[in-house]
Amino acid sequence: MSQRNFKIWRGDADGGEFKDYSVECGEGMVVLDAIHRIQTEHSGDLAVRWNCKAGKCGSCSMEIDGKPKLSCMTRLSDYQPEKTVTVQPIKAFPIIRDLVSDVSWNYEQNKRIHPFQPDESSSEKGLVMHQKDVDRVQEFRKCIECFLCQDVCHVLRDHEKHDEFVGPKFMIRLAGLEMHPADTADRIASIREDFGSGLCNITRCCTDVCPEHIVITDNAIIPLKERVVDRYYDPVAWLLGKLFGGRKKKPVDAIEPTKTIRV
Amino acid sequence: MTPEKMTDPKSTGGHLPGYLATQRNDRWWIEPLLTGLGFALFVAYSTWAAFQGAHYWAGSYLSPFYSPLLFIDPSVPGAAPIEHAWFGLWPDSLRAIWPSWLPISPAFLILAGPLGFRGTCYYYRKFYYRAYFSSPPGCGIEGARKGKYRGETGLFLIQNLHRYTLYVAIAYIVILYYDAYHSFFRDGEVGVGVGSIVLLINPTLLSFYTLGCHSFRHLIGGRLNCFSCNAVAEMSHGGWKKASGLNRRHMMWAWISLVWVGFTDFYVRMVSMGIWQDWNTWG
Repeated sequence: MSQRNFKIWRGDADGGEFKDYSVECGEGMVVLDAIHRIQTEHSGDLAVRWNCKAGKCGSCSMEIDGKPKLSCMTRLSDYQPEKTVTVQPIKAFPIIRDLVSDVSWNYEQNKRIHPFQPDESSSEKGLVMHQKDVDRVQEFRKCIECFLCQDVCHVLRDHEKHDEFVGPKFMIRLAGLEMHPADTADRIASIREDFGSGLCNITRCCTDVCPEHIVITDNAIIPLKERVVDRYYDPVAWLLGKLFGGRKKKPVDAIEPTKTIRV
Repeated sequence: MTPEKMTDPKSTGGHLPGYLATQRNDRWWIEPLLTGLGFALFVAYSTWAAFQGAHYWAGSYLSPFYSPLLFIDPSVPGAAPIEHAWFGLWPDSLRAIWPSWLPISPAFLILAGPLGFRGTCYYYRKFYYRAYFSSPPGCGIEGARKGKYRGETGLFLIQNLHRYTLYVAIAYIVILYYDAYHSFFRDGEVGVGVGSIVLLINPTLLSFYTLGCHSFRHLIGGRLNCFSCNAVAEMSHGGWKKASGLNRRHMMWAWISLVWVGFTDFYVRMVSMGIWQDWNTWG
């Protein structure tokens, strides 16, 4: 056991400041353990969102020494014992209190995406998928909705383009639908115009911070950008698609945020 | 729905605004610094090499910076024999419009091809947006041009031409393999030299880089939604998987091939200038 120092941001939407804490920490402890100890020993009203403590619920996202991380998966042994560990709420979304941010904007974005639209004619025998078709989209289903990728994305974080760019988390959802062999919706125009694929400049921070190691940039965003190129910037691909390809025939736009849909 | 704009530092959870503002205390700046300097070094060397307009040929070795050789001025030292030019001597009409400040060098006619491919490559975009444009300089580090950011919708819309540069890059690889093949022949005699091996490794590394390109991966199969629907799609899936394997190491191949293409020019140049001795079977 050793004494470790923490600098934790305390406050709400009206303002706040960093406060210093010092607690006993032992072997194997993670940052969330230390926060719980601070709650117990020093500050019972310290607000922190958490649930599973196993890196699977995506609740305890925060910034630890400036890096977006899950606090339940961040070992204190990764930090030098004599250094103070700085803990802040995620930056890209409004603060509710202390380490808790309001991530509801993300749920609104999710509602804007048209759900899976399978081919009606294949519904009798059910949807049969081969493993090679499943593999590519399965990766995206690992997402735990921690929104660390949304937080680190500089388009949202620094440039605050929430009105124009849906963020990497929803790019993977769109990719999972767009690449799905049984989905009939034509989402390309919407991905470009409504969800802002062009605003991503693929600097890969989203991939770097993903705790599920989803290769967001290379496997989701860039393939979507290439499909946009097919449609808008490559006349040969566009013509071939018109003549031979594309069974996705139903163009869909983003759903207005006020409209309630089944997801 | 936009979250309320967060400009007051007190309401931003301690995230102070400003260029390079961050709570990170690791050496995040090393990667953009090293990659920025490394690429700048390559650009400086390749520009210098292109400006030389000479010593690009040694025995049967042709520098990749000068391939394909469209026109030749045989009077310069280290120039290739005239039969190696695709279109012969430099035409007077081209000399007439050539800028006076620019040396007459065959390299200037062809460098736009590989430069265009690397310049629009998805990996290089990551590196130079970070290193040269501070957009962002690192993950969680506030970058430049706050509020004016347009991503790849404004000036950088040009990045969408990447697949055209891919086609050009593939043509260059074929040409460089042809050069490597010819490097094993000298005066009608088959042989091998260190330079032949260097020239053969060059397009091989470039192939690993180019065939792992995101656009190639898309075109070979990624564009399909169903890999199991027919025989052609099954074949595409095989190609897509192989391209994906190379793509996972795209950054590594990008740098290795970049360094090797520079080294290949350097090797040919040194042999051509008589500074290095090429070990070979021709004697």
